Amino acid sequence: MPAVQETVDRVRRIDVDQYRYGFETLIESEKAPKGLSEDIVRFISEKKNEPAWMLEWRLEAYRRWLTMTEPTWARVNYPKIDYQDLYYYAAPKPKKTLSSIDEIDPEILKTYEKLGIPLREVAILEGVEPPPGGEPSEQRKIAVDAVFDSVSVATTFQKELKKAGVIFMPISEAIREHPELVRKYLGSVVPTTDNFFATLNSAVFSDGSFVYVPPGVRCPMELSTYFRINERNTGQFERTLIIADKGSYVSYLEGCTAPQRDENQLHAAVVELVALDDAEIKYSTVQNWYPGNSEGKGGIYNFVTKRGDCRGDHSKISWTQVETGSAITWKYPSCILRGDNSRGEFYSIAISNGYQQVDSGTKMIHLGKNTSSRIISKGIAAGKSQNTYRGLVTAHRKAIGARNYTACDSLLIGDKCGAHTVPYVEAKNSSATFEHEATTSKISEDVLFYCVQRGLSQEEAVGLVVNGFVKDVLQQLPMEFAVEAQKLISISLEGSVG
Amino acid sequence: MALLEVKDLQVRVEDREILHGLSLTVNPGEVHAIMGPNGSGKSTLSHVIAGKPGYEVTGGQILFRGEDLLEMAPDERAAKGVFLAFQYPVEIPGVATMNFLRTALNAQRKARGESEYSTPDFLKKVREVSKSLSIPQDMLKRGVNVGFSGGEKKRNEILQMALFEPSLCILDEMDSGLDIDALRIAADGVNALRSSERAMVVITHYQRLLNYIVPDYVHVMAKGSVVKTGGKELALQLEESGYAQFEDA
Repeated sequence: MPAVQETVDRVRRIDVDQYRYGFETLIESEKAPKGLSEDIVRFISEKKNEPAWMLEWRLEAYRRWLTMTEPTWARVNYPKIDYQDLYYYAAPKPKKTLSSIDEIDPEILKTYEKLGIPLREVAILEGVEPPPGGEPSEQRKIAVDAVFDSVSVATTFQKELKKAGVIFMPISEAIREHPELVRKYLGSVVPTTDNFFATLNSAVFSDGSFVYVPPGVRCPMELSTYFRINERNTGQFERTLIIADKGSYVSYLEGCTAPQRDENQLHAAVVELVALDDAEIKYSTVQNWYPGNSEGKGGIYNFVTKRGDCRGDHSKISWTQVETGSAITWKYPSCILRGDNSRGEFYSIAISNGYQQVDSGTKMIHLGKNTSSRIISKGIAAGKSQNTYRGLVTAHRKAIGARNYTACDSLLIGDKCGAHTVPYVEAKNSSATFEHEATTSKISEDVLFYCVQRGLSQEEAVGLVVNGFVKDVLQQLPMEFAVEAQKLISISLEGSVG
Repeated sequence: MALLEVKDLQVRVEDREILHGLSLTVNPGEVHAIMGPNGSGKSTLSHVIAGKPGYEVTGGQILFRGEDLLEMAPDERAAKGVFLAFQYPVEIPGVATMNFLRTALNAQRKARGESEYSTPDFLKKVREVSKSLSIPQDMLKRGVNVGFSGGEKKRNEILQMALFEPSLCILDEMDSGLDIDALRIAADGVNALRSSERAMVVITHYQRLLNYIVPDYVHVMAKGSVVKTGGKELALQLEESGYAQFEDA
């Protein structure tokens, strides 16, 4: 296997940190005192001008959290986290109350510009600029909610969305402006008691996005939230809640980056999706948190609870994730298939390199009749990383005719990494049809040689083969992001990844 | 100047010496056939010229237009104009053939400091070449060699050869796995690429292929070196007498 060895060596020689988003924005910020206590929870709630019910909700979660222990079942290793040594709230210091995007601190605007995130209301993703002089076409518009550390700094296209009846705003605003919706749905998919990290999030979450799509409305544009951690020693605890009312449709994308730092940073988010009768939610993630350097120092701990509830009949929730960042990833975007004939999908690409550890997968919980689900997972391990797929497919007694198809493929690059597949399959009724396929392969030396003989460099060859390997999943992403993700995969494999 | 000069080449794989002092000189415009029994080192020679990892060159040299080829990475050799048509072309699932062709062609052009092809120019070129090789357009949309028949895989190799316009083409057992019609199409494709600037090294077991691709020189390899060189008539003699005479020598 010399060719593979050569690639691995070559990658090792390359300057380690090719993470392109590792810069820091120097900006004054307002922080809560370090550590976690009831007072901090009150502080956050007060900062957000929250109603009393919200504070109570948080405090209940906090008290519950004190009785819980950190889960240890995932195939990841990290030193004990001192939860009293973190900041739970950090916000860019506002110079005055903002009334338009032009009043946002220019440093923050610059940051998003550097990240390629459009905060001005034009459709400007790479390669999809509108024709000169022409208006951006409807489907090219992307509304963005930008979350910087603990607060949302801008949400674009709000007016236009409002016309369609779609509510897209920071969750902190939604708590004040649409309390009836938030109270009804918040915690209804991921209860405050769900798990250690989700409970912590419930106590201290500071911002995130809120989406409500009214009955029968097809959201006129892609919605996206862009998360940025900037502050040192700060945890980011965002909370996203998306509700697709009867017969509606929404496609939502989140992206994330963070500066390069030697310390580990905690990111514990909760995402809840609710799809009512005949509604569809497509949720895509391109996760590119700082992965740590080639020695395994620094990087984000990405401990995230994402769950969708297909509450209505004929509803559909589809998760697509491209995971390339974070030192440790612990996330299982799941679907509760409650409504009859509902459908859940999970498409995942998880790339690990260096010392990254990924334990990710999904849960498809079939409760309703004739529910179906599909899982396509592509894990790519390089360097000294460990990449685990962990999944649960279960059919309840009453889930007559439940169907699942699962395909888990792993690709190994080099011989110091590991790929693991841990599928749990339970059928409590005899009419369920569950299929599971899994493969593990090494990137073949013959294939690499073929490519370099045709003029590709070793790295281009690896990138090409890997992009081919993940193609089925890339196709699930909104087109503009598929292009981005494809680039990201190549970069990951060039730089800090083997 | 000779295009390719292989001088006293000695090659080992693990502990076994495969080539013991092989020499070969190829000038632009020439077609050389290398014949020999299994295990004589024919494929090893082609792999070492193209730079496949896993071979240790313990002596001798390979010059390409006077430059030391062994110092170059395989992709540099490709950009310089060395092309190996594989005996067993690999499959690359999920990578559309068209995409692969363009990526490879532009990588080579970039390495030579040439501008990349524009999409319309590239498509036009691919269409022309694929038509002459009877390659249907929908084959180019499929993954590289995925689900291709033996003949389609070989035609895909020749398609690449025509697109990349290399100055040295090494055809490793091009006839293996081809029926007579597929062989004729492939050979016609190769013959169309013969020119006064381009040289070809055709590696084969059988004389049959040389009825279609007529060589200027025939070399017989046995036990890791060239044991006899002659004109195209040598191939016909071999067909009658077999390789045994050289193996026993």
